[in-house]
Amino acid sequence: MKTIFEMGAPGRHAVMPAPLDVPAASLPDAVKRDTPLALPELSELDVVRHFTQLSRRNFGVDSHYYPLGSCTMKYNPKIMEAIGALPGFTRLHPFTAMTDAYRKICQGALEVVCEMERLLAEVSGMTAACLQPMAGAHGELTGALLIAAYHKAQNGVLRDTLLIPDSAHGTNPASAVMAGFKTVTIPSNAQGVVDFDAYAALMGEHVAGVMLTCPNTHGLFEPRVADMALLAHENGALMYYDGANLNAIVGRCRPGDLGFDVMHFNLHKTFATPHGMGGPGSGAIAVGERLVPFLPNPRVVKDGGTYTLQDSAQSIGRIAPFFGNFLVALRAYAYLRAVGAEGLKTVSENAVLNANYVLARLRDVWRPAYDGLCMHECVLSAATFASKHGIRALDVAKALLDRGFHAPTVYFPLTVKEGLMIEPTETESRETLDAFCDAMLDIARLAETDADVLHQAPRTMPVGRLNEAQAAKNLDCACTG
Amino acid sequence: MDWSVISGTEKRLMLNAVGVADMASLFAVVPEALRVNALDMPEGMSECCLSSYFEGLARRNCAGCVSFLGGGYYDHYIPAAVDALAGRSEFFTAYTPYQPECSQGTLQAIYEYQSMICRITDMECANASLYDGGTATFESAIMAARITGKSRVVVHDSLHPVWREMLLTHASGSALTIEDGNEPVAGDTACVIAQNPAFPGTLQDFSELARRCHDVGALLVLAVNPVSLGLVKTPGAMGADIAVAEGQSVGLPLAFGGPYLGILATRKAHIRKMPGRIAAATTDAAGRRGFVLTLQAREQHIRREKALSNICSNQALCALRALIHLCLLGKEGLRETARACHAKAEYLKAKLDFAEVLNAGPTFNEFSVRLPGNAEAVTAAMLEKKYLAGLPLQAVNRGGPNDLLIAVTEKRTRVELDAFAAALRECAA
Amino acid sequence: MNPDTLKYTEEHEWIVNLDGICIIGITEYAVDELGEITFVELPEIGKVLERGEDVAVVESVKAANDVYAPVSGTVVEVNDILEMEPDLINRDCYGKGWIVKMKDINEEEYNELMDARSYRGYLKTVE
Repeated sequence: MKTIFEMGAPGRHAVMPAPLDVPAASLPDAVKRDTPLALPELSELDVVRHFTQLSRRNFGVDSHYYPLGSCTMKYNPKIMEAIGALPGFTRLHPFTAMTDAYRKICQGALEVVCEMERLLAEVSGMTAACLQPMAGAHGELTGALLIAAYHKAQNGVLRDTLLIPDSAHGTNPASAVMAGFKTVTIPSNAQGVVDFDAYAALMGEHVAGVMLTCPNTHGLFEPRVADMALLAHENGALMYYDGANLNAIVGRCRPGDLGFDVMHFNLHKTFATPHGMGGPGSGAIAVGERLVPFLPNPRVVKDGGTYTLQDSAQSIGRIAPFFGNFLVALRAYAYLRAVGAEGLKTVSENAVLNANYVLARLRDVWRPAYDGLCMHECVLSAATFASKHGIRALDVAKALLDRGFHAPTVYFPLTVKEGLMIEPTETESRETLDAFCDAMLDIARLAETDADVLHQAPRTMPVGRLNEAQAAKNLDCACTG
Repeated sequence: MDWSVISGTEKRLMLNAVGVADMASLFAVVPEALRVNALDMPEGMSECCLSSYFEGLARRNCAGCVSFLGGGYYDHYIPAAVDALAGRSEFFTAYTPYQPECSQGTLQAIYEYQSMICRITDMECANASLYDGGTATFESAIMAARITGKSRVVVHDSLHPVWREMLLTHASGSALTIEDGNEPVAGDTACVIAQNPAFPGTLQDFSELARRCHDVGALLVLAVNPVSLGLVKTPGAMGADIAVAEGQSVGLPLAFGGPYLGILATRKAHIRKMPGRIAAATTDAAGRRGFVLTLQAREQHIRREKALSNICSNQALCALRALIHLCLLGKEGLRETARACHAKAEYLKAKLDFAEVLNAGPTFNEFSVRLPGNAEAVTAAMLEKKYLAGLPLQAVNRGGPNDLLIAVTEKRTRVELDAFAAALRECAA
Repeated sequence: MNPDTLKYTEEHEWIVNLDGICIIGITEYAVDELGEITFVELPEIGKVLERGEDVAVVESVKAANDVYAPVSGTVVEVNDILEMEPDLINRDCYGKGWIVKMKDINEEEYNELMDARSYRGYLKTVE
């Protein structure tokens, strides 16, 4: 397919501004553009057809089952899109909130921010929340900065280390380092959960906090999470909850009650907002009592019947220009208001049931990385197929594409060899799960009888396997004309 | 209301298949004492109730005023085709393109977006997006420090005050030293971060500053407004090493602060130090062109604590909107839009003879004035007349009580400008 | 280079001391784990390194591995052909795909490194 820069013709245009109704003005040469403006020249139909064609070269949740582990690709209800498109929200300038004169015209939007933050605090068992962080990793960085600010205010010993399990998302150590911390890895034990003795040995006065995902990326609930929190607190360290896997427990138990002091939500995962090909998401955070004074400025508060802004002198400062990815939070708020407390419980129940159903159907053929039940996702391994038949997780992923399914997450977590991480989510039906499991079993049979066919997958996509090494070496990453 | 689909009888069948007696068994691992009994939240709602509830909330926001409020975020027209195309669920319900064969739509769009950013900024490579202009500014500082091996970041007084604040917060745990100033300091300066047009609206040619930065081994980071580049000298032409921008002005609604779009572009020599995703062209075994994510080994999911950045989720859908928007405007459309913004702002500026223009040089779409009266009070009075008259600069600690920042986009008509000038004259007296 | 005559680290670097100049590369095992190598980041000549410090980065499409200095010393030469042809390491990791040369190395640290036999034994425990 052509790129948009290989299309069009000189002089063609789609949407032009109205003819100028004021005198033309000119700029001094020194500040004027003196290089060609090499934009394409296209008709509206050229553009519409091009991007419609592009869209057809994509799998999305609306068109395909997307069991991508750790990403919670649940269905995004259409009503939330309608709410997110209401002009009363989309056309509102954010600076209306920042001056007293304008604040009365954004009360509806401020209510969304304030009430959403209240709901998030309730759902997480925390004291307060903040919508500013614009993605999960951004929430982690904010949380790590809060932990640093808290310890600094204690005037105690220098705490420069965060403990992070080996099964954690890569964002955890990356965020910790950005916030100025050293990271030390906690090993997993043979059961796929934190090795508690190793953890206890790593704990000490230099530890500022512990970043934990629960259930972890092996799809397992950390059985000693409360003990971990107790030990951390005894040593003056804080507990950070990575909310990536909150879908497993939402409505049933709360990070605050488990002993966590700060967490981020991935609103785009747990609360059903679309993932948008990689974003925008929202990494709203929630904190317990002692971190509240350090939350980013400004905070939205209700003063009598009016929503207004408030700064805290101890705040870490500003994390977003305004209130984070507001339209994402708005959709998530609408979702929470739609499902209510009972609905949330059903969400985690069905998410866990669906994952265990897939695990039960596949476990005899595709060996799970760890024994027993799982939570909202299961991690299988293609390692025996790789050594016996040369069929690796990557081959399985590509073969699934040909069968009309998006692939599971592969090669993650790094602790599992040839990992296939499957997260069905609660919005998929039993028929879909069965069809997916049938495909997985079919691939396993083929691996034994006709492995070559699998190496050639995918064959039904717009392109076959692409040469990634060539891409990295040649680095053609812009058509600059 | 919820969107789970498993019915009662199916549940039984599935529990049997799993080999447990009931749902509670699946959660047995969660200690009883840690479970929550009741959440203090409103009961769920039907779709119909939900819809009217949120329509009511939306009505409490007045979004219907004639706007002269900018401050880096502008009321531009967004062609209908942007919503129609970016609203295709094949785009917005897809995930990060980790499986390239079933994500060619996403990957090609990212590649085209990167190309588009390079073309408007005159830079050589761009990433697939960061969160917003403020976080892009922060990432550019980290990137400059990595490239130069130095740690001092000089913030020019032209930079957006909110972005400056975000930079300070984000970098508070890092090894960067951030200070205000307009010139690089010989020895340890990683970069100077300037903005064009400056936050108060003034345009400058930063070519000389770029040279002075390079003379002492520092980089120039230039923040720009993408719409202005239809008319204004580009960061590439000025010799900037990194260009950053807030992409809201090209295809994104104001949306009470987000989602927006962090643009970052640089020279090819620095591509391996550039954070964020990058799409690149390659071929399959049959020689067909396709697109993949490349240089992923720099990213957090592989490099963990040694990654260039922690960024994972980005603003891909916003980048798509910007791409479509710029395709629809095209060469002539972007130029004409920029010309209209500039000409209309100049027209209004000339009409405001009762106020003192504070900009020392030329401006593009926005300028600062000192009114005869208090700016906050004037904007309150103007609001009664259904105008958002601009941003009182004191609210962002960038001016005195009477100073107002006024933005004009291509949407404003001559009739609106005349009426606004008259109303402001009346309210400011 | 004959792999049997080299010294090895647990991080899969090889090193050999030829009259006071040490040549350093990565082993076949490391190369297999990485897959096709797409980029090598080389140090500056004259850089003084402690044992265990990063000396180079070897990148493939799926991983980026730090190459650690097997011994303390000073970088005297880098294999800059790798900047154009990183996959030389895939093709000849014990020969043309060497990465850096160091001098003034710590002999004691050098003598503590594994020989080919112990490295082969070590590989069995890794697999």
